[in-house]
Amino acid sequence: MRAIITILAVAALASVPLWLRDPYLLNALITTGIFVIGAMSLNLLLGFTGQLSLGHIAFFGIGAYVSALTSLGFDIGLPGGLRLVHTPWPPMIGFVLAILVAGLCGYFVGLLSFRVRGAYFVIVTISFAEVVRLVALNWVELTQGPLALTNIPSIALPLPGFGELTLRTKMQNYYLVLVVALVAYLLIARLVRSHFGRAMRGLMENETLAVSVGIDVTRTLTIAAVISAAIAGAAGSLYAHYIRIIDPEVFAFINTVTMVIMVISGGKGSLAGPVVGGLIFGLLPVALRPVMAPEAQWIAYGGVLIAILFVLPRGIVPSLAQRIIRRRSGAPALAPVALTETGAKEPA
Amino acid sequence: MSEFLQHLVNMLVLGGTYALLGIGLTLIFGIMNVVNFTHGVLYTFGAYIMFIVVQQLGLNFFIALPVAVLAGWLLGAAIELTLLRPLRGSDIDTTMLVMIGAWIAMQSGTLWIWGGVAKSVTTPFPEAPLVLGPVSVSWLRLFVLAAAAMLILVTYLLINNTSLGRAMRATFQDHDTASLMGVNVDMIYTSTFAIGSSLAAAAGALLGPVYVIFPQMGDLAAVKAFAIVILGGLGNITGAVAGGFILALAEELGAGYVSSGYRDAMGFLIIIAVLIFRPTGLFARAERVG
Repeated sequence: MRAIITILAVAALASVPLWLRDPYLLNALITTGIFVIGAMSLNLLLGFTGQLSLGHIAFFGIGAYVSALTSLGFDIGLPGGLRLVHTPWPPMIGFVLAILVAGLCGYFVGLLSFRVRGAYFVIVTISFAEVVRLVALNWVELTQGPLALTNIPSIALPLPGFGELTLRTKMQNYYLVLVVALVAYLLIARLVRSHFGRAMRGLMENETLAVSVGIDVTRTLTIAAVISAAIAGAAGSLYAHYIRIIDPEVFAFINTVTMVIMVISGGKGSLAGPVVGGLIFGLLPVALRPVMAPEAQWIAYGGVLIAILFVLPRGIVPSLAQRIIRRRSGAPALAPVALTETGAKEPA
Repeated sequence: MSEFLQHLVNMLVLGGTYALLGIGLTLIFGIMNVVNFTHGVLYTFGAYIMFIVVQQLGLNFFIALPVAVLAGWLLGAAIELTLLRPLRGSDIDTTMLVMIGAWIAMQSGTLWIWGGVAKSVTTPFPEAPLVLGPVSVSWLRLFVLAAAAMLILVTYLLINNTSLGRAMRATFQDHDTASLMGVNVDMIYTSTFAIGSSLAAAAGALLGPVYVIFPQMGDLAAVKAFAIVILGGLGNITGAVAGGFILALAEELGAGYVSSGYRDAMGFLIIIAVLIFRPTGLFARAERVG
């Protein structure tokens, strides 16, 4: 049943560029898709380990900058009069490096920030993202600061025997984003259903109990953080090569909030949640644009976030799923996973 | 040397308002266990009240400050009653996200009403600064420091010497027991949020005329307030005052001797360093971080 829905959803999404010719809408779908990948990676942490990272955009932005700089090249001075010169490499290598570097950053951030929990973890992650933003803003020699990195090349897929295919059109980029999103989805689905996934959930439900049955908390959380950061880095790389211009505003806190809203509204801890929530919130500005001033749109955005937390605290997908189960069995179903009722975490 | 003295003077002036911001947030965070993302908006709100009263209504500069404190108190009480009271008992992530929603909505509201162009407030103080040997400081900044010191003192006395303050401290230690002893915990939460919000509004009203007033001015202020709270320890008012001055010193020295571009990074670096090496704050005796 679940597999059929997934296949139908993918087929529907894959057919979109065949009948949708409006470039503005297609563009909105591509950027939404990129943010949905980011939201899926955030869901791995927030929904399956219970750690709310509000610095997630840092990994997205690091991926974007690494990929852009790899394919543009740079020439920077180092202490002691040395110079580090890098000549441009193909964007595909940038994509791979973005994943590796973002994952590495996830490792170090996880190592440091998982020493604290709850509100403190949130504040450390926000601080990390802001420090990275300030570095991107001030290290002008490397990042061009507020002047932005421009003319970032589009991704070129190497086709053995045929040279390479540069993805320039919106349709090509749409399919690229769709494929990466699908790979990320399957990877996360595989992961959370594995032994490791059960360890993550156990830790979220009751950390003390998880420790007592032999789950290595720091190791589990750090691995989750590395994978989550690496996927976010991949999304950032796609963003850089699609938009083709990157400035430090990519690290803006509001971008993290956008991802969080996508996850929470769709349903944290649900694989389809970030996709559903992401499509709704990614396309909401497009729907609101003709009827509302941009400032009013943001007011509505904040209002909708509050409304969702009040009305559907578990998110759209888990609430719908519960309703379907209840109707089919005719009896009140138990909550599939008690996510919001777990309460504040006890000290580590 | 004179440069260093000048930095110290600037630190004193800046630290006073930072302490105000930090006290407000540490009360809310400590007593209610709410990560208050609207704190920066209240700061912005206070500054805009100053702008309305002085520039648009043409009233006296010194009347504007109490008006801003009162308006912050009312807005804070309204936020607590409409958004936080119905969510009593929810986990900290839910209230945090609701506060983020309120922050986005209110900041966009500010942008919608007043536009993105920065505003300035004319003050009754002379342009020429007060020169004391090697250092100089503007009269406006001296007033800001004096007003901040007065507000800090009032808050300190309120918490330590009144029955409301005693009830707040009791609720901080154990809200169940406080409630059993007849403390109206709901009322304490609303009062705490209103008082914290009025202090943020006061800080905005004081610093607004020193710099310029624009809708996003509160974002950095909020982060700095978090840094101060973490430095001082949760719910620790004396710690928040010390934290305010330490952050101001770090920013002044960072901007003066490292690079002015990294002035605003100091708060974040302090947060990261404190949480990694001393997560209970600099002044805590023994308390676990949860």
